[in-house]
Amino acid sequence: MGETARLLVLAIPFAAALLLGVIKDYRLGARLNATAAGAALLAAVGLLVFERPEPGIHFIVDDLNTTFILLNTFVGFTTALFSASYIAHELAIGRLTPRFLRFYHAMYQAMLGSMSLALLANNVGLMWVGVEVATLVTVLMVGIYRTEPAIEAAWKYFILGSVGIALAFFGTILVYLAAQETLGEGMPALAWNRLVAAAPLFDPRLLDVAFVFLLIGYGTKVGLAPLHAWLPDAHAEGPTPISAVLSGLLLNVALFALLRFKLVMAANPSALTPGPVMVTMGLVSLLFAALMLYRRRDIKRFFAYSSIEHMGITTFAFGMGGPLANFAGLLHMAMHSLAKSAIFMAVGHIAQVKGTQKIESLRGLGATHPVLAWGFAIGVVAIAGMPPFGLFTSEFLILSSTFARAHTLALVVVLGLLIALGALVVRLVGIVFGPPLGAREPARASYLPMFAHFLLVLLAGLWLPEPLVRWFQTIAAQLG
Amino acid sequence: MRLLLDLLAQGLQMTLVLAAAPLLVGWTRKLRARLLRRRGPDLVQPYRDLVRLLRKEPVIAHSASPYFRVAPYLVFASTWIAAALVPTYATGLMFHWATDLIAIVAFLGFARFALGLAGMDVGTAFGGIGSSREVMIASLAEPAMLLVVFTLALLAGSTQLSAIAEFLVREPVGLRVSLGLALVALLMVAIAENARIPVDNPTTHLELTMVHEAMVLEYSGRHLALIEAASALKLTAYFSLVACLFFPFGMVTSTSSPLLYPLGILAWMAKIAVLGAVLAVFETAVAKLRVFRVPEFLGGAFVLGFLGTLLLFVSRAL
Amino acid sequence: MSPLAFDIAHLLAGSMVVVSFLLLYQDRITGVLNVFAVQAIILALAVAFQAWSQGAPHLYLTALIALIVKGGIIPLALHRIVRELGIHREIEKVVGVGLTMLVGLALTALAVIVVLPIAQEAGRVGREDLAFALAVILLGLLMMITRRNAVTQVVGFMSLENGLVLAATGAKGMPLVVEISVAFSILIAFIVFGIFVFRIRERFDTVDVHALERFRGD
Repeated sequence: MGETARLLVLAIPFAAALLLGVIKDYRLGARLNATAAGAALLAAVGLLVFERPEPGIHFIVDDLNTTFILLNTFVGFTTALFSASYIAHELAIGRLTPRFLRFYHAMYQAMLGSMSLALLANNVGLMWVGVEVATLVTVLMVGIYRTEPAIEAAWKYFILGSVGIALAFFGTILVYLAAQETLGEGMPALAWNRLVAAAPLFDPRLLDVAFVFLLIGYGTKVGLAPLHAWLPDAHAEGPTPISAVLSGLLLNVALFALLRFKLVMAANPSALTPGPVMVTMGLVSLLFAALMLYRRRDIKRFFAYSSIEHMGITTFAFGMGGPLANFAGLLHMAMHSLAKSAIFMAVGHIAQVKGTQKIESLRGLGATHPVLAWGFAIGVVAIAGMPPFGLFTSEFLILSSTFARAHTLALVVVLGLLIALGALVVRLVGIVFGPPLGAREPARASYLPMFAHFLLVLLAGLWLPEPLVRWFQTIAAQLG
Repeated sequence: MRLLLDLLAQGLQMTLVLAAAPLLVGWTRKLRARLLRRRGPDLVQPYRDLVRLLRKEPVIAHSASPYFRVAPYLVFASTWIAAALVPTYATGLMFHWATDLIAIVAFLGFARFALGLAGMDVGTAFGGIGSSREVMIASLAEPAMLLVVFTLALLAGSTQLSAIAEFLVREPVGLRVSLGLALVALLMVAIAENARIPVDNPTTHLELTMVHEAMVLEYSGRHLALIEAASALKLTAYFSLVACLFFPFGMVTSTSSPLLYPLGILAWMAKIAVLGAVLAVFETAVAKLRVFRVPEFLGGAFVLGFLGTLLLFVSRAL
Repeated sequence: MSPLAFDIAHLLAGSMVVVSFLLLYQDRITGVLNVFAVQAIILALAVAFQAWSQGAPHLYLTALIALIVKGGIIPLALHRIVRELGIHREIEKVVGVGLTMLVGLALTALAVIVVLPIAQEAGRVGREDLAFALAVILLGLLMMITRRNAVTQVVGFMSLENGLVLAATGAKGMPLVVEISVAFSILIAFIVFGIFVFRIRERFDTVDVHALERFRGD
């Protein structure tokens, strides 16, 4: 059964992508898109429920990637629901044509599928392929509006992405070289579970250099400063469902790849400890993005920088390591995925009803569209790390665990969070309150996915179920 | 007796390069003319020119300092030493300990310095512009040349030409991409140093493009003869260098009998003649570069030299 | 491995680095495309040689792909695009040739310094291939950074991929999956680039990426 579930998680999106490529009717396409994403979610739940298949040479199912897969398929499903109502409007105002929608739906599924591939891969080469295919597909999606800024964004994403591609692949080759002495030539020397098992025997110098390349390569995809330049543009210029999936999922997948290699590094006693490097990159990203938040005038760009900030926090937590920080990092990542994708859903509808993404033209949302304004406000409060939401819990855990070990670092994190909080509050007040501007006609939005996400984030802030805590604790312990 | 023989052999090389240098110039000129469908001057025309110039009384500008008279002798002497040190037909001659690549580069550099100073001595605009351009070219060519030297030194473990040549004859070097790069870089440097197309045109008197000719414009009579002879010697020296480093076959080694010397001389002449022919063909095929582009040309030589060193370093480190 | 075999591997891999420099040096688009084709052909030879010396027949496939796709089809197609767009003029460079070359030399030296001491286990040829491959990768990156023209950036990217293939084949016994994936990603990359080049053309009447900079939002 587990074997079937694993197969289905991969097969459903790719099959759906092929099917969606030939379906002409876009309404049917949108429905099928959501159905396929839902089916993939069910298959992912199957991974959790049924007995796990033995790790093979190509694929593996373990605690870590099951968490990621569940999160991915869930957000993929809700975003597909959101996407259906979003694209109806895009079609109405003529930004997209039915032909492009066909392409859009097929690519959406291909993206979800390749992310699942990256997550399920045991072979680190296969993982690389998954991340790269997902990246390239996203490039196409970002440029789908074919406006000048969209093309610039896609181009920039592509150029920086290819830098990531190259360096990560080179790092993978170096890992293979380190492994082939011990594990022999061929496939086994790329299988992640064997890499971890045999890592103590590898040449540490080779591993060190490999990790540097992998960190820069996959770090570009995570959007860590100073390799983040593509991220704001890609978020701002593409369709909003893609921004939601980018922030909520693709960044996580890249981080997941880094975590896999971090474990290989950690298994070798004389290799470089990846922690300090990740801590530094995380802190730099946090501070940089928090400062950059103040100058943003485009609302999607604004939240893109917020994503950089939160990926910085997550990377920082994983860099600190230890059961508590890892636990907090996992929780933070999940909470950020849920909250940020929900915010993008709200922002997508707001931008649609107002016909602009410029923050100064969005004033007075509370008066014109109260429901959207409530959703937006909840989202901003949640992402700012205010109680009673889940991000408060995770940030609190990160801070308290850091205070216990390195107060200076904790102070830096607090500083970054406060700076970001200021920017978020200023923007929230500016958008929700004040004299209303722009269009007033009611939004034809589907609020369900957005509020479902917020509900989950709220629940996690109020009460974490015991099995979930134990589950995360197991993973945190594995992450070392 | 042995000493005498050694002295003779070294002296032979010294006279040989001096005697052959004008012939080499004549040969390339003739060939170039033929390639351009002209009849061209006789092969021995450079000798006649030299003799004619030697007979003439030099005319010296009244603003010239005494250095102006000394310079041609300095230039000629140091170029001749450099040319005579490069092994031509045999390795391990009497003064082979002095045939250091760096020493040869230094001798040639000194000659260039002396000439550059003389160019500025009279105080005319032409001399000044010629000197400044010449020095610019030199300052770009010399690093490239030194990198070529490094490459060879890294390979043979010595900067002594005799030793390098013997090493290359003796050891199976195999396919070395570094050597190819060094050869190309050395040829580019040689073109620049000898004021050939595309860096400079030895036959032009067009003011905008002159480099070497502008510098020696004030010289006449026997002084000019010495300078002309020096530039012929320099060309010979560079050709011998290329022949000795990259085509060392046919050279008589220190262990073999002196009776083989004529063979070695013949081989050397053939190699030089071939190189001269290549130069002639190359010069007719390319156009002269603008002066601003010369740094790019020599930068190319520098990059090639550096890559040669680097590649060799990689394979040696293994 | 016999000294001759080693020399051939050294010659081919070294030539790739040299051609990368030539690529940086070229200032005309047509020249860039021709030099790229040369690099692809050398890559094909290098890979084929690895296939022979490692006794790994599947690598011949990689060599063939490199030869046909990168040494033939892509340069020809790009030539055509360039002719159709009428942009066989000079390339603008962000920084001068001299500086580019110096940076290139520094990067090559860096590649050698980084790789040589670490890859003890890769064997003589593998280690050397790795060092040169990293140099080619870094030079490809440099080309992408210093060029403003979309077509030359494409070439820079593909040159970088050449370096990756060299590295992958230099690592003895690297599984086939990865090689196919490399070829695959090149293909995708090319499609993506092709689409973009035409889209950019549609919008701006120029393939100069510099024209895109105006649309920097914030």
